Amino acid sequence: MQRSDHRPASLIPGRAVFPHRHLTGIEGLQPHEILFLLDEADGWVAANRTRAISDKRLGGLTLINAFFENSTRTLLSFEIAGKRLGADVVNMHAAQSSVKKGETLIDTAMTLNAMRADMIVIRHMSSGAVRLIAGKVDCPVLNAGDGQHEHPTQALLDALTIRRRRGTIAGQRVVICGDLLHSRVARSNILSLTALAAEVRVCAPTTLMPAAIERMGVTPFTDFDEALEGADVVMMLRLQNERMNGGFVPSNREYHLRYGLTERRLALAKSDALVMHPGPMNRGVEIDSVVADHARSAITEQVEMGVAVRMACLDVLTRRSRGVAGWA
Amino acid sequence: MSRMIALLDATLACPVAGVSRGGVLIADDRIAATGLIEVPEGAETIDCAGLVLAPAIVDLGVFAIDVPAFHAGGIVRVGLMPDQSPVLDDPGVVQRAALIGRPGLWIHPIAAATRGLAGKDLAEMAVNRDAGARAVGTGAGWISDSGVMRKVLSYANDLGLVVIAHAEDGGITDGAVATAGETATRMGLSAAPSVAEALAIARDLMLAEETGAALHFRTVTTAAGFDLVRAAKRRGVSVTCGITPAHLLLSDIAMSDFRTFAHISPPLRQEEDRRAALLALADGTIDVLCSSHDPRGPEEKRLPFGDSAAGMAGAETLLALGLGLVRDEHLSLDRLFALLAANPARVLGVETGTLAIGAPADLLLCDPHSPWQIDGDRLHAKAGNTPFDGLPVEGKVRRLFKGGTAITLPA
Repeated sequence: MQRSDHRPASLIPGRAVFPHRHLTGIEGLQPHEILFLLDEADGWVAANRTRAISDKRLGGLTLINAFFENSTRTLLSFEIAGKRLGADVVNMHAAQSSVKKGETLIDTAMTLNAMRADMIVIRHMSSGAVRLIAGKVDCPVLNAGDGQHEHPTQALLDALTIRRRRGTIAGQRVVICGDLLHSRVARSNILSLTALAAEVRVCAPTTLMPAAIERMGVTPFTDFDEALEGADVVMMLRLQNERMNGGFVPSNREYHLRYGLTERRLALAKSDALVMHPGPMNRGVEIDSVVADHARSAITEQVEMGVAVRMACLDVLTRRSRGVAGWA
Repeated sequence: MSRMIALLDATLACPVAGVSRGGVLIADDRIAATGLIEVPEGAETIDCAGLVLAPAIVDLGVFAIDVPAFHAGGIVRVGLMPDQSPVLDDPGVVQRAALIGRPGLWIHPIAAATRGLAGKDLAEMAVNRDAGARAVGTGAGWISDSGVMRKVLSYANDLGLVVIAHAEDGGITDGAVATAGETATRMGLSAAPSVAEALAIARDLMLAEETGAALHFRTVTTAAGFDLVRAAKRRGVSVTCGITPAHLLLSDIAMSDFRTFAHISPPLRQEEDRRAALLALADGTIDVLCSSHDPRGPEEKRLPFGDSAAGMAGAETLLALGLGLVRDEHLSLDRLFALLAANPARVLGVETGTLAIGAPADLLLCDPHSPWQIDGDRLHAKAGNTPFDGLPVEGKVRRLFKGGTAITLPA
């Protein structure tokens, strides 16, 4: 559902619709707050497609992308989102920085804070790291993935993709399949999709299924065929190579046998089911090429939505500091 | 003439004689009389009206030597874990540890059961015993090789040394910082199922039964673990176990918001296990209440949860939280001091922990109703990493005696 092609800022009644200073996770967001971010992002999708936009609302603001863990696509997506809005974007690759010299996370955060960043985007390999930093700095902090905890912009872009392709999220049967145990993408998606009243099924071998996952409002499956029955959306997760070869599953080919999304398997879902993957894909392992490149695949669209969602988040979270009417 | 102190008109909480009104007469370093005492001429008298007089606490299984925290908490003897730097596996190190706290704090070293706590080669148990070790232990880790554990138990049994074991199967807990369950799943923390504890207990109980060795689990925290210990005690296995107030009063939900002060070892369990622990406390399965005192400063705690060090500062809150358990009717006052003094003393083979005539005058006088609020920043411990930060409690130590000598409590 296309909400609005208008530049959203003028339509917003004020910060009451999104009172949060940071975006550290989907947890803690109300359904209407998630929908607000999706509506905002929808506007940027249209704007990005016209290629004629010149919106410098973040002009003069400094956005620091502090990535303590290697990333290509998420970093690029945030960088593009910031630049499209006119921000000065600085990327910090902590893998090559003073963190290696033993500086603590808090000290690094204080350093970034002292440089008067207007917004910090953080990715870190430890669960909870982003929230720890958020409590120590003066500017808004955006979580770009912390350990196995949350990756909220991924969940937002996935929700936006589903809403645009399926018309709605409520009542959709979404199957999330793969390494749920180690996946922050899965946790954030479970939180947002259940908040927006989707029916969420999760599927993984028990060795990769988190304990008590049903307490998050989802139905666990170990049999992928069974899980796929009547699915509206099939969301595949990336299986990290280091988890293979006996660590959690015996081998790539055994994983593919049980959980690979093949054409045959996809036929078990609804005939118009959507195929999604947060990338990067292991073609031939969790997803077959023919499925990944299928007309029902929304995988490249997810990437596009990613930029729009991040533009929306950067815009919304800096409204207070920019003194936008109703937000200051 | 001997030095005498008469403590009068107190509520006596003796693990052996029960709760009664009366006094205690200290002559030199021993208890000379208990109950209705006649005050000899020249004795110093202390009016203890409204206060509880009990044996001073013997804290079995602490990770740091933290004298102000121990004294503030009413603790005059500790069983020191071998996980020190350097490891307590050498007579010089053991002897130094045994003497360093005297006279105010008697440290009973638990020597490493294996060299360097590596779980491979037997450590010099007899040599370390003669240097002052009161037990041998596996430390905060688990001996994964069952053959080694069997040798540890049988060899320690020859020497009459109790083996103090850590009850977590290291293969299952490898890398985990929490108990598997909803909280750990929501937080995205590496977690291990609680069965890791019962597995370790089951193995060590079988080996203790077979070798006849005396075995003490520093902490048992799960329903399945208590069931195993309970059944083994019925069979006559020489086994005892302890627990901390944290495992009795908190569940894994306390970790929410990535509170690293709730990162402890073994990790906080789920609510069902916590309830089972309270039942095990009531039915006598649990023998020892200990602090697991392990102060950790911000450099080890102000980190993401999974990167932070496990451990809590527990010495100063042990008594107040124990008195809370009495107030909530989970146990009686005399049994509280069995768990805090008499039983840990028995495990370590030291003759203390009661108000009996002739026992060492290791005494604590406390006001069980004095209210205060636990505040990590105001503890006397080396660090204030308490999972109970902010909790209002009752019970403060007023006087403390070690061997008849009054100890100056930290201000």
